[in-house]
Amino acid sequence: MSFFKKSPWVIHYDGSSCNGCDIEVLACLTPLYDIERFGIINTGNPKHADVFLITGTINEQNLEVVRNIYNQMPDPKVVAAIGICATSGGIFRECYNVKGGVDTAIPVDIYIPGCAVRPEAIIDGVVAALGVLEKKAAALKTMKASA
Amino acid sequence: MKTALCVVAWVVIAPFLGGLLAGVDRIITARMQSRVGPPLLQPFYDVLKLFGKQGVAVNVFQNYYMVCFLVFVIVTGALFFSGGDILLTIFALAVAGVFFALGAFSPNSPYSNIGAERELLQMMSYEPILIIAAIGMFMVTKSWHVHDIAGFQKPLFVFLPGVFLAFLFVLTIKLRKSPFDLSTSHHGHQELVKGATTEFAGPSLAVIEIAHWYENVLLMGFVYLFFAFNWVVAIPAVLVAYFIEIFIDNTYARLTWHFTLKSSWIVAGVCGVVNIFLIAFLVK
Amino acid sequence: MNILLFLLLFPAAMSLVFAILPANTFRNALVRISCLLIAAGSVYAAFVFNGQGYQSFKVEFPHIDMIFFGGEMLLSLFLLYKCIGIKKHEWYIPALIIVQAGIMAYCEMSGAVPEVDNALYIDNLSIIMALIIGIIGSVICYYAISYMRDYHHHNPQMKDRQRSFFFILFFFLSAMFGVVFSNNLVWLYLFWEITTLSSFILIGYPKTEEATRNAYRALGLNLLGGLGFAGGILYLVKFCPEHTVDLARVIASGPGLMLIPVVLISFAGVAKSAQMPFSSWLLGAMVAPTPVSALLHSSTMVKAGIFIIIKFAPVLSGTWAGYFLALIGAVTFLMTSIIAVTQSNAKRVLAYSTIANLGLIVACAGIGTYETLWAAVLLTIFHAVSKGLLFLGVGSIEHKIGSRDIEDMDGLIVNRPGLAVVMLIGILGMFLAPFGMLISKWMCLEAFVSSSIFGLPTGVLIAMILAFGSAPTLFFWAKWMGKIVSVPAGLAKGEGRVPGDEWTALVVLAVATVATAALFPVISWVSVEPYIVSLYHQTVSLSQGNTIIMSILLALMILLPLSFLAYPKKTKLVPRYLGGANVGDKGEFLGAMGVVQQATMRNYYLAGFFSEKKLTIASVLVTICLIVTMFAVVKL
Repeated sequence: MSFFKKSPWVIHYDGSSCNGCDIEVLACLTPLYDIERFGIINTGNPKHADVFLITGTINEQNLEVVRNIYNQMPDPKVVAAIGICATSGGIFRECYNVKGGVDTAIPVDIYIPGCAVRPEAIIDGVVAALGVLEKKAAALKTMKASA
Repeated sequence: MKTALCVVAWVVIAPFLGGLLAGVDRIITARMQSRVGPPLLQPFYDVLKLFGKQGVAVNVFQNYYMVCFLVFVIVTGALFFSGGDILLTIFALAVAGVFFALGAFSPNSPYSNIGAERELLQMMSYEPILIIAAIGMFMVTKSWHVHDIAGFQKPLFVFLPGVFLAFLFVLTIKLRKSPFDLSTSHHGHQELVKGATTEFAGPSLAVIEIAHWYENVLLMGFVYLFFAFNWVVAIPAVLVAYFIEIFIDNTYARLTWHFTLKSSWIVAGVCGVVNIFLIAFLVK
Repeated sequence: MNILLFLLLFPAAMSLVFAILPANTFRNALVRISCLLIAAGSVYAAFVFNGQGYQSFKVEFPHIDMIFFGGEMLLSLFLLYKCIGIKKHEWYIPALIIVQAGIMAYCEMSGAVPEVDNALYIDNLSIIMALIIGIIGSVICYYAISYMRDYHHHNPQMKDRQRSFFFILFFFLSAMFGVVFSNNLVWLYLFWEITTLSSFILIGYPKTEEATRNAYRALGLNLLGGLGFAGGILYLVKFCPEHTVDLARVIASGPGLMLIPVVLISFAGVAKSAQMPFSSWLLGAMVAPTPVSALLHSSTMVKAGIFIIIKFAPVLSGTWAGYFLALIGAVTFLMTSIIAVTQSNAKRVLAYSTIANLGLIVACAGIGTYETLWAAVLLTIFHAVSKGLLFLGVGSIEHKIGSRDIEDMDGLIVNRPGLAVVMLIGILGMFLAPFGMLISKWMCLEAFVSSSIFGLPTGVLIAMILAFGSAPTLFFWAKWMGKIVSVPAGLAKGEGRVPGDEWTALVVLAVATVATAALFPVISWVSVEPYIVSLYHQTVSLSQGNTIIMSILLALMILLPLSFLAYPKKTKLVPRYLGGANVGDKGEFLGAMGVVQQATMRNYYLAGFFSEKKLTIASVLVTICLIVTMFAVVKL
């Protein structure tokens, strides 16, 4: 049995978001939504996290930062792009400094569009991400077994 | 034979108790913030998950110190619950603490380094009170052995109210709770990130977590000693003490190390030392 | 008896040889052989005399007492000659020399110095001290061979005076053997003054202005102590009804008759063991080459001060004067432990920790119950071994990395794993369970709580001071270990090997540190307990359970590092977390204005919290008051 579903720890990174989605992410922690019910903890540390939540676009400044954080997360891990900016670049797509959505920097598993995203959507997205996490964990296990 | 049984019981049961304690802690904390909170067994889910994760480290040495930390915490508890010398228990606990700090020093990362320094500062803050508590227990019960102290027929906290108060004060530091969660901040998304544990991932983080469970049970054992004359009183007393710690955790923001060091030495110097001198002159 | 004479005379004889020979391979070989012989001699003495209790010997030599008196006068003249270099404010040094010489001359001229039948003796305490001097002292001399070569290589501007260096080094050992084997207090006094003189010359070795001033300070403060010693002898000779300078008889006479001279001589011990308010001389001694510091701190000099106080512990036991002596030690322990937190210079940290530990020993001896005395003797042993190791380790590190600052010892575990392991063993030996220092601290803590004077629970105060003092100890040692074990990114293995002689010395002491910890029940049983029994007719019985627990802890300490070899190395290595701003994998990050910077860590020194200056002034004042009180309550 895998426990990834029961205790997904997240790290939240704000790309060049307008902070609308960030506020919604933090709203998930509030008593109204209380994501700790599902064992979700906002760790703020890539080395402890399973799920990488990114809001906002990828620009030239934060490209390396996002890659660094992603690389420092231990496997298995999933990435969720939160908000329309993170999924595709949104209205900032054509800006001179913007590269685009998160998938221009690192592989993304779940796209959660919205401007701003509603907390329900975020929770729904994270739950969907857990399915991917489970699969990745199983894959890692078989890889270990065969190696 | 009984000693061996106690040791085995400690090694096997303590992590479960510690995990449950942590689960209760999280639920109560959530309720205090008018949330529902995670399931009771959440800490176990977390640790089991961590064991399934890939081990990631900054250097090859760092995880090893944490294994030492766990081993020495277990040895310390075994000493305590088999009724050994209480001063030796405190010293062995210090060994475990030093290993924890060394583990945090090892990656040479800003966050864990600050965590390590603060961990050592915290040890400097609480060490006098632990020793004073042991001395006080000896002066009342005339024995250094946990076995005899636990078997003492009179309520210890009546003789040692000041020492007990000082002990409760440093218990907050030892349990890594606000306002003294200086070394490993309880909530990660802060300036300290996760302090001393920042650079530990997967299995080694799980090891740290389990060591903390052991440690917490051991500390509750210390609290138990103050009320050991009657277990019907003692167990609720321990739980109340833990509840008070949770309450403090939820009502205070983190304080500086200056305040931690100063206040705990002052509390030790006033409550603890005065209490000891009174005992020295009154109890023959 | 012959072996005692060998230990007394052989180092002195060799010192004369080294005074002539220049530094070459022949000299080096001779130094090595002498070191071996001295160590072997002390082991042989231990082997022959252990378990025989107190043994004393008559020295048959014409006019031997006159020779010693002549030696004292010569020494004073030589010191006066050395005073040519003093500054105006150091006027007190010649004054002290003249007063001391005057006292001794007065005693001798008035013909009142009683004869001592058996001038030499050996008992278990002497054996322990002889082993410390013989083994650790000669290991340090051995180490000095290659160290001094490198020292002059690193400091070409300094004149090479190795001949006088090795002359004094070996002469020093002779004098130390004299201190621990003399039963005649007048002899003991001469040896005592020779150690003062030797340390004066050794501290002044670099001949810089700073070294010279520090040497004079060491001389002055030790002479002040020596004045106490001379005063003690004067009292014994002139005022004491017992009228004896026989050490054994002084101790046997008890506090009723002998408290005044014993307190006076203990005062000399306080100065020599660098307790507050005298601590500044030992800190100043840091300017000397490392083997000198190692010698002063671990096996000679300060140990002479400790030795005499431990020796007198049965007289001090249960007296108010002894209690205030213990308080001086306890206050010194607390204050210097706190001050050590603020230091980043490795040698200064070691110096403060030495003073602190000696304070603990003085506290034990001042209380003087059988339990505390047991702890005091064990502390002396363990401290000598670990501190010798640490000083030599710092010396080698300094030559290799070019700094003695703890902040520069970053990543030593990768850079120079051998030296790092040696240092870690030394540091562990100083403060952590289950090593010797901690065991002794534990025992004296338990002993203090139950000690009392006239039914008053006086020991509790000292136990409280100890409880507060051991916390900073933990802090400054652990953060030093942290520096050594931390691994900065992109560090390569250091170049250049530690010279063979230095390495041998380090390994010997490292093994000794672990061995003394492992064998401490044996050490206690074979040599310490018989000594305690001979004085108190009872002894500390370490419960079997605790011994087993200590062994388990030590086994873990040794086995856990070994388990590291079998540790799975599969873990994926990633750079440390720098808020995601890492650049490359060398620990650099993208800082403000797009500048790539290295992230470096520094230890906490709490300098704004604890001020070295203020604490020193405060504790000097407190200890001066305590000393005055100690003398005031002698009659109580």
